[in-house]
Amino acid sequence: MKYVYSLGAVIALMLIAWFGSLIPGMQYFFGVAVPYLAIVIFLGGFAWKIWDWAKSPVPFSIQTTCGQAKSLDFIPHNRLEAPNTNTEVIARMALEILTFRSLFRHTKADVYAGPKLTYESAKWLWLFALIFHYSFLVIVIRHLRLFLEPVPAPIVWLDWADSLFEMGLPTLYLTDAGLLIGLLFLFARRLFTRPVRYMSLFNDYFPLFLLLAIGITGVLMRMVFRGGIDIAAIKAMGVGLVTFSPVVSPDISAIFYVHLFLVCALLIYFPFSKLMHLGGVFLSPTRNMRNNTREVRHVNPWNPDIKPHSYAAYEDEFREYMVEAGIPVEKELEPQKEAAEPA
Amino acid sequence: MAVAKLEQLEQSVASDPSMLTGAYPTEDWMDVPAEFYSGNFAFPAKVNIVEYLDSQKGLHFPNAREWSPEQDDWKLPEDWKDIILNGLKERLDKFRSLKIFMDCCVRCGACADKCHFYLGTGDPKNMPVLRAELLRSVYRNDFTLGGKILGKMAGNREMTIGVLKEWFMYSYQCTECRRCSVFCPYGIDTAEVTIIMRELLHLVGVGINWILEPVSNSNRTGNHMGLQPHTFKDNVEFLTDDIESLTGVKIEPTFNRKGAEILFITPSADVFAEPGLYTAMGYLILFEHLGLDYTWSTYASEGGNFGLFTNNESMKKLNAKMYAEAERLGVRYILGGECGHMWRVLHQYMDTMNGPADFLEVPKSPITGTVFQNCASTKMVHVSEFTADLIRHNKLKLDKSRNDYLTVTYHDSCNTARAMGLMEEPRYILKHVVNNFHEMPENTIREQTFCCGSGTGLNTDEIMELRMRSGLPRANAVKYVEDKHGVNMLSCVCAIDRATLTSLMNYWNPNVGVSGITELVGNAIVLDGETRGELDEGLRTMVF
Repeated sequence: MKYVYSLGAVIALMLIAWFGSLIPGMQYFFGVAVPYLAIVIFLGGFAWKIWDWAKSPVPFSIQTTCGQAKSLDFIPHNRLEAPNTNTEVIARMALEILTFRSLFRHTKADVYAGPKLTYESAKWLWLFALIFHYSFLVIVIRHLRLFLEPVPAPIVWLDWADSLFEMGLPTLYLTDAGLLIGLLFLFARRLFTRPVRYMSLFNDYFPLFLLLAIGITGVLMRMVFRGGIDIAAIKAMGVGLVTFSPVVSPDISAIFYVHLFLVCALLIYFPFSKLMHLGGVFLSPTRNMRNNTREVRHVNPWNPDIKPHSYAAYEDEFREYMVEAGIPVEKELEPQKEAAEPA
Repeated sequence: MAVAKLEQLEQSVASDPSMLTGAYPTEDWMDVPAEFYSGNFAFPAKVNIVEYLDSQKGLHFPNAREWSPEQDDWKLPEDWKDIILNGLKERLDKFRSLKIFMDCCVRCGACADKCHFYLGTGDPKNMPVLRAELLRSVYRNDFTLGGKILGKMAGNREMTIGVLKEWFMYSYQCTECRRCSVFCPYGIDTAEVTIIMRELLHLVGVGINWILEPVSNSNRTGNHMGLQPHTFKDNVEFLTDDIESLTGVKIEPTFNRKGAEILFITPSADVFAEPGLYTAMGYLILFEHLGLDYTWSTYASEGGNFGLFTNNESMKKLNAKMYAEAERLGVRYILGGECGHMWRVLHQYMDTMNGPADFLEVPKSPITGTVFQNCASTKMVHVSEFTADLIRHNKLKLDKSRNDYLTVTYHDSCNTARAMGLMEEPRYILKHVVNNFHEMPENTIREQTFCCGSGTGLNTDEIMELRMRSGLPRANAVKYVEDKHGVNMLSCVCAIDRATLTSLMNYWNPNVGVSGITELVGNAIVLDGETRGELDEGLRTMVF
C-alpha cells in the first residue's frame, strides 16, 4: 500500500502545478520563484549533507577487501579489489561509480529440497540500474541546451547522438526510453520481488513515481502536446533563470509547469533523502580506503587513552604459579616469612 | 538446548513458509515483535562478569543485574532511552561510516539473500537491509529532518523497549562477516551497524555471557579461555609430549622469554581443544624445523579479541597487551597464528588503536631474509604469509604424501578474506602440502565466502539450532565438494572456525573433519632426526 501514498503524493504535486499555473500571475511563482527556491535548497542541502558527513571522522580503516591484498611479491595482488595506493583506490571507486561494480556481483539465492542452496548470477538489477542512471545523466546534460546560449558543441553532439537510434517524428530520445524502462523495471521489482516489496518504504516509491512523472511529462511535451510548447519561450525562461533576469511567457501550457514543478520537487527532496547516495557513494569507507593499514598507520583523532591490564598486575596475581612452573618473572617471590616463634 | 533432528531441519529450511521459500509475511516488519524463547537467544552476561569489567579502567559496563530476555521486564535503567539516543548521537559524531550507512541505503535489496542468517532462517529481519533498518528507523526519527513528520509510513519510529529487544535479537543474529558489504553498491557494511547496536546495548547493560566472559578472562588471565600462566604452559607442553610420541622429536618451547627474536601469539583456543590443538602442534613443529628464535607469552596469550564484538574500548584494552608484551620482552616483531577476527583487529585496528610500535622492527624472515613490507608499521606478520614465503624459498622439507589420507577444501574465514585480503597465501601453502585439493563453488569462497555461522561470539551451545541454520550455506557448499570430489577435510585459518565448523560438520556433513592450515603443514614437515612411523591420520593419530 505504501506505493499508493507515494503515487498520491506525486499526483497531488502535479495537480498543484497544473491548476496553479492556470491562475493568472502564478506563472511567475511556478516558473521563477519555485525554481530558484528549489535550486537553493538543493545546493545548500547537498553541501550541508556532505559537510555533515565530512565532519565525522573515519576512526578506523574498515575497507572491504574483495580480492587478494598486496603481500608477498609472488602472490598476485588484486589492485582493483584490494587497493594499496591512492591511484588504485581511485580506480576502484571509478569502477564502482561508473560501472556499478558491486551490483554486478549480484546473485540470486534459492533453496531446494535437500536442502540445497544455489546462487545464480542475476544481472538484471545491475543492467537496468545502469540504463536508468546513464539515461538520467544524459538527459540532465541535454537539458543544459535550454539554459545556455550559445549551446556548447558537446551538448549539440550529445543531443544528436541521443536521437540517432530512434524512429518517428519528432524523434524519441534513446535516453527517454532508457529512463522510463529503467524506472519501470525498478518499480516492478519493488512490487514483485518479495523481499524488496517487504522492505520498501514510502520514500522508496516516491522518488520512482516522481521521476516517472517527470519523464512522462517530458516525453508528452515533445511527442504529444507540442502545440502549447513554445520551445523558444521555454529557452528564454531557462536562460533568464541562469542569467538572473527571469522572464515568463504566458503562452506556455500547463504541462510544462507540471514538468518543471516536479523537477523542483525532486531537487528539494534530494538532499534529505536516500537520493544522497549520489554523494555518499564517494565517501563510503569500505570502498574508498586503502588496504595498507599494516604498512601505514591510520590515525583515529579521538583515540581514547586506555591502557591494558598491566603485566605487573598480572604477575602480582599469578607470580607464585609462574615461579613454580618455571616461567620467568620480573619480581622474585618474597622469601617465605618464618613462622613466628612462640613467645 | 536440544537441536532439531537433522531431518526436521532439512525439511524446515527448504519448505517451512518463509520469505526464502516463497511465502510473504502478513504483517509489516515493524509490527512483528521480537519474541524470545529458550533456544533463540544467547544467555545474558553474569553479574560478576559485568561488575568486573565495569571496574576496569577505561571500560564502562553499567547496570549489572540478573535478567532474562524471556521476561517482559529487562530491568533497564530508568533513563535508558536517553542513554541510547545520546549514545547514538555520540557515535554518529565519531563514525562517518555510521552516518553514511544510515543515510545512503536505497533498499535495493542486493544484500537480502547474501546473509547466511537469512538463508538459514528465512527471517526477513535477517536480511542485512532490514537488520540495519532496525537502527535506521530510529535514526531517521530522531536525527533527520522530517523524520518525525513523515512517521511510520516513511519507516521512522520511536525508540521503544520493543525496538531495543529487536536490536538485541538481531544484532546477535549477525556475525559481522561483511559478506553483504561486498554486494552493496555503496559498500554499506552491516558489521558497522551491528557493532554500533551492540555498543549501545552495553550502555544499558544488555550483553551476552559468551562474549563478556571471554573479554573478562582475556583481561585478567591473558586469554579467553581463562588459562592461568602455568596451565597455559602445561597445555603447550602437553602438545610437545604428543609430538614426541608421534615423531620422536622433543620440542622445548619457551614462555615469556626476554630477548627472543619473535613473539608468537595465536588464539588460546589452539592450545585448549581439538581440533585447534593439532594446529598448535603444527606451529610447534614448523618453528622447531626452522630453529626459530621465538617465545610464547602467557600474559599476551590470546590472539583473538572478543572486544571487537563488544565495543571499541574493550577491543583496544585487550589488544594493547600485544604491543605491551612485545616491548617488555624486547622482541623484534610479532608473528600471529591463524585466526579470523583476530586478524581483522590486527590488520585494521591495532596500529590505529595502540600504535605506533616504534620499539619493534619491520618484520624480516630470519630464514629467507624476506622483509614483510606489507606490515612495516604494524610489525605483525600472519603465519600464512610467513609460511608461504618459506615454501617459496624452498626452506621447508615437506613430504606431501603424508596428507594423502585427506581430500581437502579451503574455507576462507570472513575476516581474513574481506577485512584483510588474505586469500592466496593459504592456497599457495595447501598446494605444496597436500596432493588432493578442491575448491568449493566460487560464490562461496574468497570474498564471497560464507561465515561458519557462529562468529562474533555466537559459538555458544544454547543457540545451537540457530548456528546450524546460519552455518547451512557453508555446510551446503562443503557437501557439494564432498559429494563431487570426496572431500573429507575442511581446512581454514581461523580458530573460531576450527571449533564451530566442527559442530557444523558433525551436524550436516559428519564425514568431513576440520583442520588449520598449519596442522597440514606440520604433518607434511620432515623433522631432522625424526623417527616417525606410518601415521594413518597424521598428527591426529593416536599413538600408545
